[in-house]
Amino acid sequence: MTWVIFALLFWLAAWAVNVRLSHTALVKSKLGKLVVPAIFGITLLVVWEGLVRGLNVPGVILPPPSAIGARIVQELPTLWADFRQTFVKGALSGYVMGCGAAFLTAIAIDRSPFLQRGLLPVGNFVAALPIVGIAPILVMWFGFDWQSKAAVVVVMVFFPVLVNTVSGLAASDQMQRDLMATYSASYWQTLLKLRLPAAMPFIFNGLKIATTLALIGAIVAEFFGSPIVGMGFRITAEVGRLGLDMVWSEIAVAALAGSAFYGVVALIEKRMTFWHPSQRN
Amino acid sequence: MNRFLPILTVLLVIVALWYAAAVKLNAAWVYDQAARDGGAVSFGQLVSGTLNQDRPVLPTPHQVVTELVKSTFGMAITSKKSLVYHGWVTISATLLGFVIGTTAGVLLAVGIIHNKAMDLSVMPWAIASQTIPILAIAPMIIVVLNSMGIQGLVPKAIISAFLSFFPVLVGMVKGLRSPDQMQLDLLSTYNASRSAVFWKLRLPSSMPYLFTSLKVGIAASLVGAIVGELPTGAVAGLGARLLSGSYYGQTVQIWAALFAAALVAAVLVAVVGAIERRTLKRMGMVR
Repeated sequence: MTWVIFALLFWLAAWAVNVRLSHTALVKSKLGKLVVPAIFGITLLVVWEGLVRGLNVPGVILPPPSAIGARIVQELPTLWADFRQTFVKGALSGYVMGCGAAFLTAIAIDRSPFLQRGLLPVGNFVAALPIVGIAPILVMWFGFDWQSKAAVVVVMVFFPVLVNTVSGLAASDQMQRDLMATYSASYWQTLLKLRLPAAMPFIFNGLKIATTLALIGAIVAEFFGSPIVGMGFRITAEVGRLGLDMVWSEIAVAALAGSAFYGVVALIEKRMTFWHPSQRN
Repeated sequence: MNRFLPILTVLLVIVALWYAAAVKLNAAWVYDQAARDGGAVSFGQLVSGTLNQDRPVLPTPHQVVTELVKSTFGMAITSKKSLVYHGWVTISATLLGFVIGTTAGVLLAVGIIHNKAMDLSVMPWAIASQTIPILAIAPMIIVVLNSMGIQGLVPKAIISAFLSFFPVLVGMVKGLRSPDQMQLDLLSTYNASRSAVFWKLRLPSSMPYLFTSLKVGIAASLVGAIVGELPTGAVAGLGARLLSGSYYGQTVQIWAALFAAALVAAVLVAVVGAIERRTLKRMGMVR
């Protein structure tokens, strides 16, 4: 019972601190924007820990964060192997191939307004479909190893990137293109010097959406069959053995990998599109 | 007409590519059969042999459509082979989860715009959560709830709710913040209360944002419900059809289930889109 009371008290205290902080000048600064959510995150973990211990929730339903943390430290080699199998081999290779293919397709159909008018609605439609469903088919075709996961990722990231790239290539306005024409710039010069740079914010939008999709695709594809390594495999296997602390460890790794992946792409975007209004200030 | 013709062309090209791929991928089986009979295969035999196999590597479009029609209209809807039955199992979980997730998302968004501390603490996590593969928790939720005696609809709906919750939350906060300072100042010169500002200005102007995120949310809900059907081991639902098809090598069944899922997604998004158009039209916000 003391654990429950402690958790509730901690929650109230942390909330009071956050309310107090949110009315000071600190939150306008960069530091404040990190501190307040960090306090909230820590509060969640403490309340979780306190409630699980105080109410004697069995570990097969919800393990406390401390147990999960201990498990992560203990199983680091396994987690690393799973991460490499799913993220580096499956998601990352599929991401590069899928985004590359989508980009090249967008350039290829760039000269044909007819194809664009046809492909854009189809692409938009496909982007809204539950494409993960294609996983069992691709697992059958490419086998259980990472190749099939990469294939699922390719299909999943292709359409969002394609649609965003095509609309990005249309983003430069007529005035700018006319200027290039008065310079007697060729199609390729206009593409490289004007239209691709102008398309960058759109392309990066697609690339950022694709980071999350890539990880989801690689993990879900492993639910349909995988070698005995990989994050999706570990999750299903440990769920079956009720080793929930291991499942939560994998989820923590997946969350970390997902946000880091997104963060890296966002960082590259910041460096490459520093001129765009949304990146200034 | 200007839009119709290009789309039709692209679709025809896709179907043509599909048939070509089917011939190529299924050819191995035909050659194998011919080699056993000790005969050679002409091109005509090859094509006709590849297009109507029982368990092809890649089923042809007409096989998929036939299977789809057969398992949709050709069965009693209570039968375990009927796609209507499986589709309904998935749709009901999707809709329940969507309603829960949307309600929670909207309520939390209302809290966030009225409470600065909540905004500062919750919003960064809500935005960060969009980069996390939440779908990975699906097997755990199903199994844990199962061990607590909760089965069937609710666990899947919880996964769907999770997936639709965050897009709706982020979109709704954006929408409720969309009125500009001028409009807010006008209402404060009217001495409007906070609830009046909310009901008469913030809520109406959030509608376009809400509907955009609802469309994302319902598509995500459907994915959640389908993936939620996998760990229980192919009991019922479109996800179960995918899984049992992959267990038994029934490729035509997988493709039919996949198309059914695509159809359901398209219909759900279209329904939300239709409601959006009508609502925005009534509110005079059609662009």
